Amino acid sequence: MTILAVGRPTRSDPDMKSAGTTRSGGALMQDEPLIFELDCWEKTGVDFPRDDFGPDLDASDLAGLTRASPLRLPGLSEPEAVRHYVRLSQKNHAIDLALYPLGSCTMKHNPRLDEKLARLPGFIDLHPLQPMSTVQGALKVMDALAHWLTTLTGMPAVALSPKAGAHGELCGLHTIRAAHEARGDARKTVLAPTSAHGTNPATAALAGYQVVEIGQTADGHVDIADLAAKLGPDVAAVMVTNPNTCGLFEREIIEIARLTHAAGAYFYCDGANFNAIVGRVRPGDLGVDAMHINLHKTFSTPHGGGGPGAGPVVLSASLAPYAPTPWVVHQGGRLALLEHAVGEATASHGRMSAFHGQMGMYVRALAYMMSHGADGLRQVAEDAVLNANYIKARLSGVMSAAFPDGPCMHEALFDDTWLEGTDITTLDFAKAMIDVGFHPMTMYFPLVVHGAMLIEPTETESRRELDRFCDALLELAAAAKAGDVDRFKGAPFHAPLRRLDETLAARRPKLVWTSGD
Amino acid sequence: MRYLPLTNTDRADMLAVIGAAGIDDLFTDVPVSARLSTPVDLPFHAGELAVERALGALAGENRAAGAGPFFCGAGAYRHHVPASVDHLIQRSEFLTSYTPYQPEIAQGTLQTLFEFQTQVAALTGLPVANASMYDGSTACAEAVMMAARVTRRKKAVLSGGLHPHYVEATYTLAHSAGVDTRRLAAAIDAEAAVIEAIDADTACVVVQTPNVFGTVTDVTAVAAAAHAAGALLVVVTTEAVSFGLLKSPGEMGADIAVAEGQSIGNGLNFGGPYVGLFACREALTRQMPGRLCGETVDAEGRRGFVLTLSTREQHIRRDKATSNICTNSGLCALAFTIHMSLLGGVGLTTLAEHNHARARALRAALATVRGMDVLTPRFFNEIAVRLPKSATQVVDALAGRNILAGVSFARLDPGAGMDDVLILCATETTTDEDIAALIDALEMEFGA
Amino acid sequence: MRFTKDHEWVDLVGDTATIGITAYAAEQLGDVVFVELPAAGKTVKVGEALAVVESVKAASDVYAPISGAVTAANSELADNPQTVNDAPEAGGWFVKIKISDPKQVEALMDIHAYNAFLGTL
Repeated sequence: MTILAVGRPTRSDPDMKSAGTTRSGGALMQDEPLIFELDCWEKTGVDFPRDDFGPDLDASDLAGLTRASPLRLPGLSEPEAVRHYVRLSQKNHAIDLALYPLGSCTMKHNPRLDEKLARLPGFIDLHPLQPMSTVQGALKVMDALAHWLTTLTGMPAVALSPKAGAHGELCGLHTIRAAHEARGDARKTVLAPTSAHGTNPATAALAGYQVVEIGQTADGHVDIADLAAKLGPDVAAVMVTNPNTCGLFEREIIEIARLTHAAGAYFYCDGANFNAIVGRVRPGDLGVDAMHINLHKTFSTPHGGGGPGAGPVVLSASLAPYAPTPWVVHQGGRLALLEHAVGEATASHGRMSAFHGQMGMYVRALAYMMSHGADGLRQVAEDAVLNANYIKARLSGVMSAAFPDGPCMHEALFDDTWLEGTDITTLDFAKAMIDVGFHPMTMYFPLVVHGAMLIEPTETESRRELDRFCDALLELAAAAKAGDVDRFKGAPFHAPLRRLDETLAARRPKLVWTSGD
Repeated sequence: MRYLPLTNTDRADMLAVIGAAGIDDLFTDVPVSARLSTPVDLPFHAGELAVERALGALAGENRAAGAGPFFCGAGAYRHHVPASVDHLIQRSEFLTSYTPYQPEIAQGTLQTLFEFQTQVAALTGLPVANASMYDGSTACAEAVMMAARVTRRKKAVLSGGLHPHYVEATYTLAHSAGVDTRRLAAAIDAEAAVIEAIDADTACVVVQTPNVFGTVTDVTAVAAAAHAAGALLVVVTTEAVSFGLLKSPGEMGADIAVAEGQSIGNGLNFGGPYVGLFACREALTRQMPGRLCGETVDAEGRRGFVLTLSTREQHIRRDKATSNICTNSGLCALAFTIHMSLLGGVGLTTLAEHNHARARALRAALATVRGMDVLTPRFFNEIAVRLPKSATQVVDALAGRNILAGVSFARLDPGAGMDDVLILCATETTTDEDIAALIDALEMEFGA
Repeated sequence: MRFTKDHEWVDLVGDTATIGITAYAAEQLGDVVFVELPAAGKTVKVGEALAVVESVKAASDVYAPISGAVTAANSELADNPQTVNDAPEAGGWFVKIKISDPKQVEALMDIHAYNAFLGTL
């Protein structure tokens, strides 16, 4: 048996229930049942102008095709619905409430101007298949976004349509596959570092490639010697995240690109951490052939509780002809979409999804870019890196930095050696952070660092908020070292719920409410 | 810069704490040759007013769907969304939260996902559903990949009524993964034709109802034929409102149902973001792609919700994951859930009846236009018609009169030899005046 | 009972070998939530994927330690996967295999060798 991955503990300590609960801050907080438990089966919260349609409300020509039994779902009046969802919202943490230090996730402020603009009728109320003559403004948005992205990355082309970072990775590898196949060179392997985000190997496998891992050096970088040894005529692409998942810039990135190209492979860069270098470094200058950009990270479209995101992929000149359809072209002073793999798009590898990608996210990201400008985006990278290094400096006296020498980029990585002998785990420490008012950092990722704690503050935190966060963590760390185990083992004590039993959820999956409940 | 809180004094003080002489000291790992010494060649920062003017002007260059008669469907639908939906999804705690990795402080998101999954299961008539996919087309592609995993077979048969963009998105994903997709010739009313193409290597057949031409089909016989051959039936629906009236995929024997959920709670958005619905039989649960939310209890025995069965996913399985997906379409799924919670089963059924009624009015009017044939035999809210000339030309000509007449099938599938086929959609937003304007314009166009 | 370096155990009675994962492996996995087992009748060769065992935090392939035909799979694990944690080397068995080559069993480690092996990890 090979244990593929070992992460965090998933069931709380059996003794935990006995730990005292001192719930505070719960005044005016309501327990909220599921909508299925509100006894709203017979009504609806939407009014219909029934009279207008009365004579024609007739499904006679659908005989035999209609539902056998009425659709049983609850309908809430507007006041009930508003109250239900507002109450539920209050059980969430959000970037609007406090620093949200999830490393590699980039939780930064989401400008409300971007929300306002994305809701203009000329954008939100636009059908993807309207005649091109009626959507010139939308195509200009796509064209302008492409211009900003290609200029910032120093790459000649961009495929806008991927709907998330992982979708962008897939798009990049499909494009690379098409480029190899066009030469009759069917390569079968993709190399990715052990520290890579799980999407890299998952994407490569989905794209039909065998994944071979590249090792990492003791100081958190790609092992060049191992890379060189594994490169060969069967390698289609090398996937490297830069800055990497340890929060470090790959110093040898240009050499990685050179070696990759010398082996006839393409260099795919996972651009999840582009926010650390935007405006200061252009991936095109590093030898990158393809890189996805998470608009929801670097360009701050809201995360929305897990999506929707957007993952445009910038491409080198050698890959551009193989990009997925559709893309925007200039045709005699007008803009148009090339939607099929004919003519100029003959070599296109296909289509990533039904329409043109995440237009709602394009508008938000473009508004964000225009607001910051070339100068502001450079400042974004500088402040993101400054804030992370400030946290690293302030916490390093007590917590153990995984790579203490030299600066980090946009996130500070700690391991759990500083907790040795305390009987407190990374998970315990993270959960105790909730009780002092902060969302935990990313934990147990990257897998190459034991008990990893990855902190990414982003550039939109004030110094006061950073200090509040550091003070809270230093106080917690002191308690941990002083042996105050009870404060950690049962944490959180003051959240809407205590620790949840993930084992039970997985053993007896209950994914929908049923009427017997 | 209004989004950056640090002052130059803060920056200097923080550099001192770090022990760095300047910001460049923090970028020393970047190769010297790759360091940009000046900002890139793009405009400098701009105030809210300037950005709003610039993007507002671009929005103004578009003809919004609501700005006149509008009959476009074919995978994206214009419906009225209650004002409270957009208000609620803009709550900070929903809009600006992350994937619910820390369930103790994300019960808002998790409980709404559980409600979403339950609603999707009820709508599709299947026992389990996931927490959503990017959109209907990628959900369709993932369903084919899932069927290949379940059956350990490598061939999928796609009906001639499946939306051509869904066909392409499915081919793109399946092709590189070594799954062979065979799409039958485009046909108005031939979902059952997939039965003839089923063989011992077939992992699944994919049918759509209502299909891209609007045709509603009872695919119960397709299910029986697929199952007899050890294959799965995937049923695709692009118009989620139809679930309020029509027989559900589960009732017809589907193993996997996928749908575009945009119609409920979400705007047209020029194609995205949308929300893919994905439901299946219980026995297939562990082969599903995407996020799943499940019920459990906390340390004090209180009910709560967590992301579950995550060993299927990329962060644990890596190259053996069921999919590379690591998000859902969270906020769009929330909008879907809230709108669906307002509608309820009663409201969705009424809404579906109104859509059908409007489409009947449209069909009756179209039938009066000389030289035009209504092709769709059984419809919900979409109708395909044959025009006496190129549908693309007609659409362009009517756009010049501020009428968006629908979608030319040739735009979706230029190689099908169906250049004269136009697909029109009517929803509760379609008025009698809209239909009258369309008919007048068509008659003028055909010189009646 | 014999053991492999991949932490499987093999208990041979007659020509039928019962196979499971060791207490050490169960401990490493944590709470087991799901076990995917092959159907009876399937033939396997040494080193081929035989089963998948999942905990909340890990998913692991179990490889066939010996060749043969699967005669039974432990249906108890479908309803009570925690049996793998409670009794990994008894009630938590995975499959029974009618073996094709007894020498393959003899080549595996005995309990002393396995304990010594664990000591090196």
